[in-house]
Amino acid sequence: MKSLLFCLALVLSAPLFAGEAAPVGDDPAIEQRMVNLASDLRCLVCQNESLAGSHAELAEDLRREIREQMKAGKSDKEVIEYLTNRYGDFVLYKPPFKPVTYLLWLGPLIFLGAGVGAWYWVLRKRRATPPPAVDPDQLAAAAKLLDEKQ
Amino acid sequence: MIPEIGHFALIVALLVALTQAILPLWGAQTGNARLIAVARPAAQGQFVFVAIAFGCLAWSFLQNDFSVENVAKNSYSQLPPMYRFTAAWGSHEGSMLLWTLILAFWTTAVSVFSRHLPDDMVARVIGIMGLISIGFLGFLLTTSNPFLRLIPAAPEGNDLNPLLQDPGMVFHPPTLYMGYVGFSVAFAFAIAALLSGKLDAAWARWSRPWTTVAWAFLTTGITMGSWWAYNELGWGGWWFWDPTENASFMPWLAGTALIHSLAVTEKRGAFKAWTVLLALIAFSLSLLGTFLVRSGVLSSVHAFATDPARGAFILGFLAIVIGGSLALFAWRAPRMLTGGRFAWFSREAFLLANNVILLAALGSVLLGTLYPLLMDALGLGKISVGPPYFNSVFVPVMAPALFLLGIGPLTRWKGDSLPDIARRLKWAFAVAVASALLLPLVVAGFKPWASIGVFFAVWIAAGVVVGLRERIRNQRGALVARLAALPRGYWGMQMAHLGLAIGVAGIAIVANYQSERDVRMNVNDHAELAGYTFTFRGHSEYDGPNYRAAKGIVEVSRNGKKLFTLYPEKRIYNASGMAMTEAAIHPDLWRDVYVAMGEPIDDKGAWIIRLFHKPLVNWLWIGGLLMAAGGFMAASDRRYRIALREARAKGAALAGAAA
Amino acid sequence: MKRWLPLILFLVLVGFFAKGLFLNPREVPSPLIGRAAPAFTLPLVGDPARTFSPADMKGRVWLLNVWAPWCVSCRQEHPVLMQIAASGRVPIVGLNWKDKDREAQALLAQRGSPYVAVPDDVSGKVGIDYGVTGTPETYVIDRQGIIRMKHIGPIGPEVWKDKFEPKLKELGA
Repeated sequence: MKSLLFCLALVLSAPLFAGEAAPVGDDPAIEQRMVNLASDLRCLVCQNESLAGSHAELAEDLRREIREQMKAGKSDKEVIEYLTNRYGDFVLYKPPFKPVTYLLWLGPLIFLGAGVGAWYWVLRKRRATPPPAVDPDQLAAAAKLLDEKQ
Repeated sequence: MIPEIGHFALIVALLVALTQAILPLWGAQTGNARLIAVARPAAQGQFVFVAIAFGCLAWSFLQNDFSVENVAKNSYSQLPPMYRFTAAWGSHEGSMLLWTLILAFWTTAVSVFSRHLPDDMVARVIGIMGLISIGFLGFLLTTSNPFLRLIPAAPEGNDLNPLLQDPGMVFHPPTLYMGYVGFSVAFAFAIAALLSGKLDAAWARWSRPWTTVAWAFLTTGITMGSWWAYNELGWGGWWFWDPTENASFMPWLAGTALIHSLAVTEKRGAFKAWTVLLALIAFSLSLLGTFLVRSGVLSSVHAFATDPARGAFILGFLAIVIGGSLALFAWRAPRMLTGGRFAWFSREAFLLANNVILLAALGSVLLGTLYPLLMDALGLGKISVGPPYFNSVFVPVMAPALFLLGIGPLTRWKGDSLPDIARRLKWAFAVAVASALLLPLVVAGFKPWASIGVFFAVWIAAGVVVGLRERIRNQRGALVARLAALPRGYWGMQMAHLGLAIGVAGIAIVANYQSERDVRMNVNDHAELAGYTFTFRGHSEYDGPNYRAAKGIVEVSRNGKKLFTLYPEKRIYNASGMAMTEAAIHPDLWRDVYVAMGEPIDDKGAWIIRLFHKPLVNWLWIGGLLMAAGGFMAASDRRYRIALREARAKGAALAGAAA
Repeated sequence: MKRWLPLILFLVLVGFFAKGLFLNPREVPSPLIGRAAPAFTLPLVGDPARTFSPADMKGRVWLLNVWAPWCVSCRQEHPVLMQIAASGRVPIVGLNWKDKDREAQALLAQRGSPYVAVPDDVSGKVGIDYGVTGTPETYVIDRQGIIRMKHIGPIGPEVWKDKFEPKLKELGA
């Protein structure tokens, strides 16, 4: 009897209609946009995590805020501006291209360019190096050694 | 009692390290054989004492001795024994002790496997490693003592960070440190060469196996770390360009350039200055990484508790070791004669290009990692430099290297003909291009970067195949026999390059074609992703050894046929109250199905659940491990075992004479 | 001479690192400094019929102290704030941030309130407008309603003397 009641309780407690799971955000398109944007933003209360992945409360608040802004028709650029006006450039994981970050963005190009230049220069120098002068005695001794090995 | 023995052992180790450093270096400088002979036994003695110290710490953890502050802060009585052991290196002090232990281990290895090397060189190498040991032992004893007592003893510990309670914790730090610290051997060889003035092909041959083994360990360590993050963090990511990750990746880039540069120095006597400098840079980056992670100058998920005093000590140590080595380099560099000639189109030229590109990539990662600090120090404000920067910069810089990798190994030393190479590789090129273009037929949609990545991967793999075919073409005998006869160095190279190709393919596909869904699931709800149907069957609760878990049940089916069931968990750890998500993964060669529990929604058992489909993600770890295996294979080439064979041959000859 | 390049570059780097040891990478300067304090209208804790708005404080130099009942560091600075309030040096408005459990009123009744007004920011939306990332954070706002300084963390006696007093004097308070 007890087991019957238990089974009954289990059955009755399950939802009567099990269906398609609902997406977390109401609008999947907005949700995707939000996640893409938030992946490149910094969670400000974490050590080093993205706004998309963090479980922190402030992160959830900001994700909600971004969703609302997007629903209100704001573009990605406007949402980013909204956040940088309040939190500064620190919130962006992709540093803006400003005079103070020119070196950051152009640096890799400069390194590669300098490297290619160095490669070119080293090769030219090597080609210009004359072959080392060989001591004829050493040459003869080497030939003798090779004959012996055979 | 045991912690005090450990503490005392560290002090003795420091004294031995002083002996190990000063006497042999002085002996090598003055040609004093007795002082030189101190090197090997001193190295081995230091290792014994550091091992005792480490053993004492591990013992304290295993015995739940909460009167030791380090144990109280990082362990918990209900922690499973395996994690109690690994907690020994879960803190700053413990991991520094591990560093020191592994350094002493490498030094002992050098003392044992170097009978065929000149004694004065070995003395210098061991002496220099001793200097580094002095620094670390001094650091431990002054600012980072793992044996500090907590009086009165804590009744219970604070628990190991739940993120670290994972098998990855067992493998990742030790292999990573074996790599990082192993570059100290190459460093010491380089300094020894600069001090003695003897820098020749023989020196390269001696340092090469040590460097390659260290590199292989580092490759393993980084691969394990990435795999661990993927498993443990619950959001399916495997690389974040976090400062600590970069701190291990930069030595790897330098180390890769180094092992290739050593090849040229060994075979052709060229690039000597380059190779020495790379050896100095690789280990300097290891030390730099140690500084960055523990000093608090950068913000990182991995950062240990920071303390300016510690930061200052490491910085001072860094300045002396790296500054000293670079000064020595600048002073002695002119004495190194430049090597032979080579043409525009030669293996040397390709390897030089390889080095240049790796260094440019290294410079980019270093720039991005340090830029926030540079700006802040100059009062220019605070910025963040994260994955968007590194991804957009690193990939284009490395791409040329991936292309050259298809050609370089087939090119002859000194000079080769471009038309000839083009002819040999035209089919490889065609297959690679075809793969890239046909890719969208196999997966969903055309993504340019994925196709480019696949092009490089197939190009490199095809180059490996062409190389193998050509290599065995002129030999006779059965195919298997011919392949088996190839030297291990050659096999190692091909395995490592193939591993890279596999890794690149994995990255290209998973980064572009992965899919994910966050869904609210009531009990018996279902969701679709990538052709799979996920049905949530509710959850059960249970008590783990040191946590309380909610274990979800997710059935996965396809076209109505049930395939497997996954059990993702959400755990709350007793001691810290921290919540952790244990993702459930169904691995496969071609894809991972990955499910993580998000948050409970209501009290009727509904949850937010994250579903992921990750095509080819396992190729990342397979590729990484294959690269490492290639490294180990190459290091075991018979060239480096000659001394062993000679010793055995001598023994056999003596036995024969006696018979 | 390029053989000295690696060493020179390294020494420059060491210089930066040395400076870096004295910096805190998590301490982010506020972009709101020099700009008008974002406007808002919030009900007061314990008296929802009345509201507070930054415009109410125009003409005076004042402090906006962002706090929460669940915040431990806020309790540390509470005695200091009480002293400042008692001395009448400068009015303090306490923004009650994300107080979901509605504990603010009881707490202030129990420990005393240094605040001339306690606007209630349950959702945290006003906090977002001010770039708040945690508590306590305190803003110094001038007579024209421009934010002049932001301090992150509890206010201790030294911080008050070294950071706040000079700023207040500068603003003529």
